[in-house]
Amino acid sequence: MNAPFYALGAFGDRASLAVALVIGFAFGACLERAGFGSARKLVAQFYLDDLAVFKVMFTAIVTAMVGLQALGAAGVVDLALVDLTPTHPLPQAVGGLVLGFGFVVGGYCPGTSVVGAATGHLDAWAFIAGLLGGTLLVGELDPWLGRFVESGDLGRRTLPEVLHAPAAAVVAAIVVIALAGFAGAPRIERRFATPTREA
Amino acid sequence: MSVRLDVTAAPAPLPSAAHVVRRPGGWANPHAAGVGLGLVLLATYVVMGRGLGASGAYASIVAWAVHALAPAHAQANAYFRDYLGRGFGHPLAAWLVFEVLGVALGGLVSGLLAGRVRRTVDRGPRAGVAGRLAFAFAGGVLMAVGARLGRGCTSGQALSGGATLNAGSWAFMLMVFAGGYLLAAPMRRQWR
Repeated sequence: MNAPFYALGAFGDRASLAVALVIGFAFGACLERAGFGSARKLVAQFYLDDLAVFKVMFTAIVTAMVGLQALGAAGVVDLALVDLTPTHPLPQAVGGLVLGFGFVVGGYCPGTSVVGAATGHLDAWAFIAGLLGGTLLVGELDPWLGRFVESGDLGRRTLPEVLHAPAAAVVAAIVVIALAGFAGAPRIERRFATPTREA
Repeated sequence: MSVRLDVTAAPAPLPSAAHVVRRPGGWANPHAAGVGLGLVLLATYVVMGRGLGASGAYASIVAWAVHALAPAHAQANAYFRDYLGRGFGHPLAAWLVFEVLGVALGGLVSGLLAGRVRRTVDRGPRAGVAGRLAFAFAGGVLMAVGARLGRGCTSGQALSGGATLNAGSWAFMLMVFAGGYLLAAPMRRQWR
């Protein structure tokens, strides 16, 4: 095991910020290439005529998931040192729902809004202003909101643990579901296509 | 009267042009972009031991700003105090702040190379500019609340947590899609 490098002390905090800049650059470039600097491209997911969000996201999840499991099994990456935020089912489910509302209302998410803003979309700047205002709001409300956020702590919890199934089986199932989704996506897009829509 | 051909005039659009469903705008194949994004995420886990993120950067920025204006107030608040402590020596010297700075640069360079950097308001054909900007702001506020309750956003939870088989992240991700589809119909005038 010699990875994760930073978690094992291969380089320090200051160097990690340079790494952050490089990784962020690649992350932003991938999002822009996918068309995710555009709110209309993103929300098309919810009108089913362009499922790029699903395709990009699940291709990325499958790629990273399979890679991580393979590197873990090969003894290259110590998976116990890989970050896993604690599971809090109720606040996380409510949070997901509210974030989904914000996605179709605002057209971006926190990461894609940065790409939208960088490529000149003024609506992305308005979204970021809302995000900053909302963050100030949740901060000020923390004395009582924080209690709900911290409720129902299940700690570090993975799908294989919850489903009582081997990790390999869960990985295989996710890959199969993703591939089935990719195969069916074009049919859904044709079914919901808007004939006069401009790009 | 002779018919003169004006070669400088723009060619008439093809009759079918109005019915082209989608003009991709030179965007990458979604699966190619997805593999690229997945490899970036994998590299992040291998090099750092952590995933990608975005909403945490906003929390660091807001905590820093509140602390600059009202230091005692920020220190008395557990949420702001947490983010003030995440930077290395300075609240803004935090990993996610630098990562998001990289996202902006990467998005800008990619957009410039593709000729896609343009000052526009991205909106549906029936949406007005002021309305769109108001909805974008409101969506940002909702996102901040959702990201706080969900312990992260689409990057940190759905994408990064999804790839590590984090149970809470998968619950969160499914609810993000549910929320989007639930409000898609009432928001239709903004987008279609």
